[in-house]
Amino acid sequence: MKLTLKIWRQKNANDKGKMVEYKLDHVSEDMSFLEMLDVLNEELLHKGEQPVAFDHDCREGICGMCSLYINGHPHGPLQTTTCQLHMRSFKDGETIYIEPWRAKAFPVVKDLVVNRSAFDRIIQAGGYVSVNTGVTVDANEIPVPRETADLAMDAAQCIGCGACVASCKNASAMLFVSAKVSQLALLPQGKAERKKRVEKMVAKMDEEGFGSCTNTGACEAECPKGISLSNIARMNREYFVAKLSSNNL
Amino acid sequence: MELNSKIPEGPLSEKWSKHKFNVKLVNPSNKRKYDVIVVGSGLAGAAAAASLAELGYNVKCFCFQDSPRRAHSIAAQGGINAAKNYQNDGDSVFRLFYDTIKGGDYRAREANVHRLAEVSVSIIDQCVAQGVPFAREYGGLLSNRSFGGAQVSRTFYARGQTGQQLLLGAYSALSRQIETGKVKMHTRTEMLDVVTVDGKARGIVTRDLVTGKIESHAGHAVLLCTGGYGNVFYLSTNAMGSNVTAAWRAHKKGAYFANPCYTQIHPTCIPVSGDHQSKLTLMSESLRNDGRVWVPKTEADAKAIQEGKKKANDIKEEDRDYFLERKYPAFGNLVPRDVASRNAKQMCDEKKGVGKTGLAVYLDFTDAIKRDGLKTIEAKYGNLFEMYKQITNEDPYKMPMMIYPAVHYTMGGLWVDYNLMTSVPGLYAMGEANFSDHGANRLGASALMQGLADGYFVAPYTIGDYLAQMPADKVTTDHPEFKKAEAEVKNQIDTLLKINGTKTVDEFHKELGKIMWEYCGMARSEKGLLFARKRVQEIRAEFWKNVKVVGANEELNITLEKALRVADFLELGELMIVDALNRNESCGGHFREEYQTEEGEAKRDDNNFAYVAAWEYNGKDKDETLNKEPLVFENVKLTQRSYK
Repeated sequence: MKLTLKIWRQKNANDKGKMVEYKLDHVSEDMSFLEMLDVLNEELLHKGEQPVAFDHDCREGICGMCSLYINGHPHGPLQTTTCQLHMRSFKDGETIYIEPWRAKAFPVVKDLVVNRSAFDRIIQAGGYVSVNTGVTVDANEIPVPRETADLAMDAAQCIGCGACVASCKNASAMLFVSAKVSQLALLPQGKAERKKRVEKMVAKMDEEGFGSCTNTGACEAECPKGISLSNIARMNREYFVAKLSSNNL
Repeated sequence: MELNSKIPEGPLSEKWSKHKFNVKLVNPSNKRKYDVIVVGSGLAGAAAAASLAELGYNVKCFCFQDSPRRAHSIAAQGGINAAKNYQNDGDSVFRLFYDTIKGGDYRAREANVHRLAEVSVSIIDQCVAQGVPFAREYGGLLSNRSFGGAQVSRTFYARGQTGQQLLLGAYSALSRQIETGKVKMHTRTEMLDVVTVDGKARGIVTRDLVTGKIESHAGHAVLLCTGGYGNVFYLSTNAMGSNVTAAWRAHKKGAYFANPCYTQIHPTCIPVSGDHQSKLTLMSESLRNDGRVWVPKTEADAKAIQEGKKKANDIKEEDRDYFLERKYPAFGNLVPRDVASRNAKQMCDEKKGVGKTGLAVYLDFTDAIKRDGLKTIEAKYGNLFEMYKQITNEDPYKMPMMIYPAVHYTMGGLWVDYNLMTSVPGLYAMGEANFSDHGANRLGASALMQGLADGYFVAPYTIGDYLAQMPADKVTTDHPEFKKAEAEVKNQIDTLLKINGTKTVDEFHKELGKIMWEYCGMARSEKGLLFARKRVQEIRAEFWKNVKVVGANEELNITLEKALRVADFLELGELMIVDALNRNESCGGHFREEYQTEEGEAKRDDNNFAYVAAWEYNGKDKDETLNKEPLVFENVKLTQRSYK
């Protein structure tokens, strides 16, 4: 395959940045998208040019580190992570546009690398059960109905990649935040802190500069792990109940 | 130096309880006077950092990724072992201990392994309390599956994403401590040296991967929870960033490196598709619960498949060789990983391999789907099947999967005593970074168990014991030892940036990887190893003359990051070869062609090699010194491992 790549290049956070065009021949259909970029980077290095910086690590679709806005879609045309996208999803001779996640809360660090530490800070605000190591009961003393455990697991599968934010016209983080809120609100272990948790996490989300949710559903459609919009509905319920009944915060 | 493993006296089952009682304690109000540095945020690192902070110590935690939640523990699929005996199928702490020792081919320390089995039960309690959504039965109680090397069902799991869920549990505990201010988290920061003052580890030197800033951090103890070194092979199931740098730099500062040749080759990975390949993808071992491994009985059928003239489904039942079931009727497809891998290689060596390259065997779910129905199989393995389809463009519900062994885990690592302290006082190694619990071969679902055991349940006791015996006075980063280490790190970076050669870092890394895989991979021989040692020395020499690193230090520089890591792999690779040459026996993942039984199984030499090989660094390009820690077995009888 021969490809034309238009890639966002930006030296650092202060640089303005621009799209730069590259031609790439000898791309195999079996390559993953990131392997295709590896090939480009090797060519650039041999020319003495700076390779394109992009985030990636596990390349198995689970660590959530890879990103990339490809032809107008986070993680490209399939509902998967960029590292699990293969070149057979593209046509010979195609022009591919590659940009970083665009969101106020995710500033560009360099080229295609963005800073997603806002997600960590939202979890730090309350995305946990407050239990110290060793202070527990036997695991089977907390039975959880299988259906509930499955729903919690559906939500817990979120990999924190930020595609939901990148896909949203308002750059809302509601899908990410609601996945964690749902997981812990569903399980008996998370019930004690559920009100405080949702209030704190939502407050942090707003403070970090993420936009509002207008129920467009782009996040669900683009989420590589298929996290459901129903989590947002559950979080809204959790939030209203908390606001109506608690005097936290 | 005399190696002192510090194994407590007394009967095996009482050692850990007694030790916990005997360790010195730091009074609650004094804990805040001590600073602990944790490098790595995977299961061991996140668990240790959170648990130590909960106790009141000041913790600084470091990871090279953009968030602690990305650590490679997240990619573990199948499960975590624990001796809960919830299935009433005869499991016990002793049985888990025994299976682990036997699975490790009698090359692990009894006392460490027994402790691991003991605390395994608490790990499950801890994770459930954190809200880890383990798989459950309809009655609401926890579900189990079986794994290789065991005849009981003791593996707890969260679909095919157990590592993810356990890591996110540990990450949530860590996040809670970051919020309280007890943990200061440093992301996108790579450790490049350990600093010792008066013989004790007192800090580290790091590079900020965004700004390039070289910085020192001081503390009273340093914990390396930095994972394994499988990426020395270039192609492995490790994440792209996984590296040996922290452990290797510690080794050069005096920490012994133990059993580096013990590497685990995982039998069920997706075969290599071409030269562009950047990493290999594992298919969970749990698949061997229901999948049957086979190749065609005849070379002719295999050839027809390789040439695309026949497909798997064209081969009749009677023309298939289910070689694991045939050779190991007691364990069948669930033999331990080293045995399964070696047999797959043997079939391919006999030209019965399938796929375009002939370097693959089938893993077939047809019978399981017939027996349990598509829905059940989908519920168990859906995400794995999906991943397979995504990568290979083939549907495993209709066609058997093709698998081939790949480097997956490294049992070797920094030598540690019973307290998980390396040979440098105050420097600890936990999780995959140490050598201690898996001997020469790790059983499936035991890595998650060990990472969390070390972090949640061992570190809080043993590190307290060390700190209680040292004054709380602080060493500052103005100390000359810190300045010296910083200067060395800067000097190495400057050197790399100035070479401006013609070969890229990846080209060197691939060259090294091919040599390691060919000569120090699934099968090793004296002749091959001697050749490989020479080649690795040559590649290393060329690297320092001809590598091309562009850009500057003071920016996000992905080439420089890689160059620093590959420089260390080029040194480690040679030590692995030296260790493999020294070990004139076959055991677990270390298979020397000269030492095998008539049936082609690994042949141990307990009289001469029942020891831990702990290597001591002597300086650049000098031979390392071998220190031996004899392995004493008082509770199990050493036998030829048999899974027949």
